[in-house]
Amino acid sequence: MDEPSLSPSSREIPDQYPIPWSVAFQVSWAGVRRRIFRSAITMLGVVLAIALLTYMLITESVTDALVALNLDDLNLLLQKAGVDIFSASRVDSMTILLIVLSLITCLVGIINAMLMSVTERIREIGTLKCLGALDSFIVKSYFIESSLQGFLGTLLGMIIGLVVAILIATIHYGRYPLAHFPWGDALSALGIAALIGILLSIVASIAPAYWAARKEPVEAMRVEE
Amino acid sequence: MKENDFIVQVRNVSKIYRRGEEEVHALREISLNVTRGEYVSIMGPSGSGKSTLFNMIGGLDTPTSGSVLIDGFRLSELSPSQLAWVRCHRIGFVFQSFNLIPTMTALENVAIARIFAGVPPAQARRDAAETLERVGLGHRLHHLPSQVSGGQQQRIAIARAIVNKPSIILADEPTGNLDLHTGEEIINLIGEMKATLGITIITATHDMKMLSASDVVFWIKDGQLERSARKGEIKIEIGTIDGKTLA
Repeated sequence: MDEPSLSPSSREIPDQYPIPWSVAFQVSWAGVRRRIFRSAITMLGVVLAIALLTYMLITESVTDALVALNLDDLNLLLQKAGVDIFSASRVDSMTILLIVLSLITCLVGIINAMLMSVTERIREIGTLKCLGALDSFIVKSYFIESSLQGFLGTLLGMIIGLVVAILIATIHYGRYPLAHFPWGDALSALGIAALIGILLSIVASIAPAYWAARKEPVEAMRVEE
Repeated sequence: MKENDFIVQVRNVSKIYRRGEEEVHALREISLNVTRGEYVSIMGPSGSGKSTLFNMIGGLDTPTSGSVLIDGFRLSELSPSQLAWVRCHRIGFVFQSFNLIPTMTALENVAIARIFAGVPPAQARRDAAETLERVGLGHRLHHLPSQVSGGQQQRIAIARAIVNKPSIILADEPTGNLDLHTGEEIINLIGEMKATLGITIITATHDMKMLSASDVVFWIKDGQLERSARKGEIKIEIGTIDGKTLA
């Protein structure tokens, strides 16, 4: 007999199935793609900050490499470009301050844009919870969404920063920068930029993701006036 | 009638909200039973506590006192994860403003509910396509909600509500944002789901068209059950329903 018991215990109700990361990724990726304009604006902050950082770091290593060559005509060009060829290090505190400030601005920018998008989507989050989404799914999908924007923004920023740095160096010093390009230093510069960009986007995505998950499903029922 | 025949039992439920100093009694000791497989309409003016009662049945809100049982399970005894399971497998929600995810196609909107039930994405999409076919939208699978009409959006929402084969459809003013004709089509579709799938339908409404489809009507006023009537007991005359003048 398959008759349900008269007084079922709550233990008979199973726990909800947790959505794996891979499925959450598919859902978020589709969202980012369809909201591409909105995502691009969020990404722009990261792109600019990481482009600036990459540009500074690459320019730094290129100039170092050119100074080390110690060629007469090149030294002339370097001095014309305002480089102090006799000082050992060119990283001054103003440059560092500028980079740090731009990174903080970028961090605040992503958090702000993500919080906005959570507010816009309160009803959507409520609806998903009515359909059986767990808080953990909401956290995952928002975390993936802002990380995706962060990673793509970082990648784009690195490419832009690198290209601009090489272009400007070529304009100043002709064929020298590409002929004597400091591959090792540039690679570690790119590594630093990638690390900072990814760290930044992860830090920026934690708060909005948890804020989104705290929204109540009853919000979905509310009718917009 | 056996206890078992009641899919929803609301027992002495009260809900008190605090708004600053004053206490708002949204529901006062309300009790009602919904029989498995019936089409139930909850009528009441806005502010009557209708929506609060509705949210309680969906496990979206918790009573201050009293209890709500779905299929014999006391909702207040369930963990958040079990509640999510109940919402996913036992209840299909239909909203007044459709509440489709704007960035997902019709197919994806329905498939996501299936994915929450633990079905692999490929199978979820097949089930979703089949269900959309069933509500007459087989030709709109890859359209975004913004590319179809209001009535079609509500059809997608109904497909999403039934894709996990729930025992209850909770529909809050499902025709509220639709014109007369489309509203009627949606009511018929919901009635069809009751007839073919045996799903219990609970709607909150003040749409008189809903009454003719209902097996039972509950009238809520001031947080209390004012009266209930079964089909056939409701006298419909021109301009009035059961002696009540239409506003």
